[in-house]
Amino acid sequence: MLIIGAGLAGQRAALAAARTGATVGIVSKVHPVRSHSVAAAGGINAALNPEDTWESHAFDTVKGSDYLGDQDAIEVMCREAPDEILWLEHAGVTFHRNEHGNLGTRAFGGASAARTYYVADITGHAILHVLYEQLIKYADRVDRYEEWFTTDLLQDDDGRCVGAICRDLRDGHLEVFNAKAVILACGGAGQAYKPTTNGLIVTGDGIAQAYRIGARLMDMEMIQYHPTTLVGNGLLITEGARGEGAWLLNAKGERFMERYAPNKLELASRDVVSRAEQTEINEGRGFPDGSVALDVTKVPRRRTLEALREIVNIGRDFAGVDITREPIHIRPGQHYIMGGVKTDVHGQTTVAGLYAAGEVACVSVHGGNRLGANSLLDTLIFGRRSGEHAAAQALEMPMPSTPPSRLSDTERAIQAIIDRPAGGRRVSAIKDELGETMNRHCAVFRDAEGLRTAHEVVRRLKEEAASAVIDDRGTIFNQDVIGAIELGYMLDCAEAIVVAAQERTESRGAQFRTDFPQRNDAEWLKHIDISVNGGDVPKVSYSPVTITRWEPQERTY
Amino acid sequence: MPDYLLRIRRFDPTSGQAAHWDEHTVSLGPRNSVLDAILKVKDEVDGSIGIRCSCQQAICGSCGVRINGRPGLACNTHLEVAAARGGGAQSPASAIGGGRLSNGHRSADGERSADGERSDGALAGVIEVEPMGNMPVIRDLIVDMDAVHWKKFQRVTPYLVAREPVPEREYIVPHYNMVDVTQTMACIQCGACVSDCLSMEIDPLFIGPAALAKAYRFVGDPRDAQHAERLRDLSEDPHGIYDCTHCFNCIDACPKEVAPMSQIMRLRRRAGSDFGIVDRNNGHRHEAAFVTLVRDYGLLNEAELLPRSYGGNSWFGKFHPAAGRELLSSLSTVITGLLRGKISPRVALLGHRLPKADLAALRRIYERIEGRPERRELNLYVTGYEDEPEPATVGAGSAGEGPHTDTSASESESSR
Repeated sequence: MLIIGAGLAGQRAALAAARTGATVGIVSKVHPVRSHSVAAAGGINAALNPEDTWESHAFDTVKGSDYLGDQDAIEVMCREAPDEILWLEHAGVTFHRNEHGNLGTRAFGGASAARTYYVADITGHAILHVLYEQLIKYADRVDRYEEWFTTDLLQDDDGRCVGAICRDLRDGHLEVFNAKAVILACGGAGQAYKPTTNGLIVTGDGIAQAYRIGARLMDMEMIQYHPTTLVGNGLLITEGARGEGAWLLNAKGERFMERYAPNKLELASRDVVSRAEQTEINEGRGFPDGSVALDVTKVPRRRTLEALREIVNIGRDFAGVDITREPIHIRPGQHYIMGGVKTDVHGQTTVAGLYAAGEVACVSVHGGNRLGANSLLDTLIFGRRSGEHAAAQALEMPMPSTPPSRLSDTERAIQAIIDRPAGGRRVSAIKDELGETMNRHCAVFRDAEGLRTAHEVVRRLKEEAASAVIDDRGTIFNQDVIGAIELGYMLDCAEAIVVAAQERTESRGAQFRTDFPQRNDAEWLKHIDISVNGGDVPKVSYSPVTITRWEPQERTY
Repeated sequence: MPDYLLRIRRFDPTSGQAAHWDEHTVSLGPRNSVLDAILKVKDEVDGSIGIRCSCQQAICGSCGVRINGRPGLACNTHLEVAAARGGGAQSPASAIGGGRLSNGHRSADGERSADGERSDGALAGVIEVEPMGNMPVIRDLIVDMDAVHWKKFQRVTPYLVAREPVPEREYIVPHYNMVDVTQTMACIQCGACVSDCLSMEIDPLFIGPAALAKAYRFVGDPRDAQHAERLRDLSEDPHGIYDCTHCFNCIDACPKEVAPMSQIMRLRRRAGSDFGIVDRNNGHRHEAAFVTLVRDYGLLNEAELLPRSYGGNSWFGKFHPAAGRELLSSLSTVITGLLRGKISPRVALLGHRLPKADLAALRRIYERIEGRPERRELNLYVTGYEDEPEPATVGAGSAGEGPHTDTSASESESSR
C-alpha cells in the first residue's frame, strides 16, 4: 500500500500498516521531519488522568465543533486517545513529567480539564521525530520515498484508486506506484491564505487530488483562525501560552475576554477568541497595527523559559520582543482547515481504495471548530486506523493494474507547464493575490458580497494559472514547476472553501456570516459536501451530522 | 527600506557550468530574514533558485545554508545581523571592514571583487548565501543530506530500545531527565553543525555532532535499555565520540541551542566515568591524562601527555609498547617544535611547576569534586543562563543528575 505524506498521520499509518505485515511505501514531497506537523506546538489531548473521562473530552470536542462534528467519530477519537499517548510514550516521546515522574498536563482552550500532554512547546516536533525514529527502526518493512512529489492519483476502470504517479525531485523522473490502497496524509491547504501559520509546503495537494478523482470534500467552509499569530508575518504563538496563564489585552489594557467568555476567558474555543479579538480590532480598541496584545509576562518567567521556549525564540527572532518582559502584538490568522476529504471512522473516502487521515481528511471530528491539541490526536488516531484498515483490506485482494498511458500523460502535462510561452503572470503573483483575497473575504467574519467577490477572483485566478509562467526548465529539484502544480491545488481548495461558505447561510463555529449572525440548527445542522461536477462549478450536496448522545445546546464559554 | 546586495551561490549539475555567484539587489527591512530576501528574488525575478524551505519559523529545519561564511537557518537570520558579519566571514579583511564585502576567497570563479566594494553608499550590506559544507551540493543551496547527515543519523541506532518490562502506563521518569533529553530532542536536523564540523572535514567518517547529539538523546533517557551498549559502540568506533576536537563550531552553528559538543562530552563522561569504558582508540585514556596531569602539575605537561594517554596514569605507562610507538611516530613533530622554539627542553621534560600552595588549592578542588557521591552535570538548558527572580528555585549550577529534583514553577499547571 502507498501512503502519501509523511507527517504525523502518514508516518503513523505506515507504522500501523507495517505491523500487520503489509508492504508499505511512504512518499513525501519533503523529508518526513520537515512535514508541517513539526510546527504543532502546544500538545495533544487525552483523558488519561484517572479523574478525567473520555466522555468529558468528547463533549468538549462536540461543543467546540459547534455541534457540527460527527459524534460517533469523536467518541472513537476520545476513547482511543489515552492508549495512543501511552503508545507514543513507550516509543520514546519525551513528554513533560510532573514532580512524581508521571506524565504532566497543561490547560488548553475549550477543555473542561487540563488534559493536554506536551513536550515544552515543541510537541508536534518531538512526536514527529520519534515517529521518524520508528520508521528507521522498521526500515525493512516501510520503504521511504523522501522528496518525491505526487502529481496524480491513479484509478482503474471501476474508479478504484490503485496508486499514484510521483516525481523524484532529485532528478525529475516519474514513477508509477501501484498499490492496493492509497492513504492520503498530506495535510491542509493553509497556503491558499496569506498570511497563514502554515508552512510553504501546505498547499492542499491531497484535498485537490482526491477532489479531482471524484472524492467528496466536507466542511470546507470551516477555516480556523488561530487567535495568536504574529502581526508582521503570521507566525504562530502557541495556545500553550494562554494555557500557561497568558492574558489577552486590548489597546486600552482591558482583559477583553471577560466580556466575550466570562468563564473560560482566554481559554474559550479558538473561534470565539478570534472573533472577540477581531471585534476589538474592528471597533477601534486594537493597536494601530491591527492587533491586540498577548501578555505572557503573567506566566512566571522561569516557567516560560522552560515550557514556552520556542515562542520566546519566535518573539525574539521574528518580532524583536522579549515575551518574558513585555506583551507581544498578535491577531487572528489562518491556521487550520477543519474540512477536507470526507471519510468514515476507518479513513475510507467516497472513492474505493482511497483513504485520508489528518488535516487532509474530514472525519468529521472537528466540525465547525477544532479544539487546540485535538489535531495531533486526530492525525495519530485516524492515521493508525487508516493504516490498519487499509492493510487488512489489502491482504485480501490481488494487486490491481494501472493503465500504462498515464505516465506519459503526466510527463506531457509537466512539460507543457515548462514550455508555456512568456506573457502569463508569475505563479507567485497569482498565489499572493489568492492568499490576500481569501484572507480579506473568507476569514473570521464573512458576508455574501465578500464571498461572491472572492469566488470571482478565484475563478479568474484559475484561468490565469493555466498560463502562469515559470523560469526553471531543469530536471534537478525543479521547484518552480512543482509550484505551478501546487497553485492549481490551492485554487481548487479555495474554490471549494468559498462555495461552501456561500452555501452556509448561518453562523456556526469558524463560519461567521455577518449577514446571518445566528446559528440555525433547523436548517443547517448538516454537513456541506463539495464534489467535482465534470463542469466548471463544484457541486454542492449535504450529509447528516451524526448525533449519538449530545443534543445541540446553546454554546457559551 | 534599505537595499541589500544578495549574492547566491548557484550550481546546476546539468548545465555544464561551474558554480558561480548570482547577484540581486533586494529592498527589505533589516529585520527581514535572509530567507525573505531569497524568496523575494525567487518569486519576482528568478524562480529557478533552489532552496529547501517551509515553515519560516525555525522549526522544520529545511533552510540550513551558509550565510556570510557562517552556517545557520536562512529563516531566522536577520539581514542586518548577516550583513554585520561582512561578506565571507572567514576572510580577515571582512572582520575589519564590518558590513563591507571583502575579497572572496571562497568563490571558485574568483572574480567577485568589485561589486561588493561599490561605494554607492546606498547599500546596507552584502548577504552571501552558500550551500552548507561537508555535504555534496545537489543544486544551488540544496545539499545531499542523505549522503552524509542522514546516513550518520542512522548510524547511532536512532530509536528508543524500550527498557523491559514496558509498564502498563507511562514510565516513571524524573522531570529533570525529560527536560535534559528534550534539549537534544529539540534538534531540527538542519545540518548546520555538520556543515562546519572541523573534525568531519578531516575525517569524513566521523559520526559527527548531530548524530552524536541524537545518541545522547537515548543515553540520557532512563527509558532506554541499551545505555552501555550504545556507549561502548560509540567509544570503540574510531570515528565516534573521541573523534571530536572540541572546536565549538557546532555549538555556535546550532540554531536551537542543542549544543552538540556538550552532548558529546556528556557521552564521554557517561562512557568513561559511569560505565568505565576504556576504548581501544585510547580516547578515554587521553582524556583522563589531561585530568590527572592538571591534578599532578597544575598545568598540562606535554611530555607526559602521550605516555599517559597510551599507557595509563602510572610511571610504567611510559614503557607501554603503544606509547613507545606513538612517541616514535611523533618524534618529527617534537623535533620541529624544539627547533622552532615552541617547546623548551627543560619544560618539556620536567614540566611546569606551580607554587606548592596553589597546587594544594587545586588538589582540594579535585578532592571536593571527586568526593561527591554522584557526578553533577551542569546543564544550562535546564537551569537557565540567568539567576531567576523566583526565590524558591535552586540556583544555576547546582543542578545535579539523578538526585536533583527541580520542580520550581513547572508543576503548577496541573492544578489550573
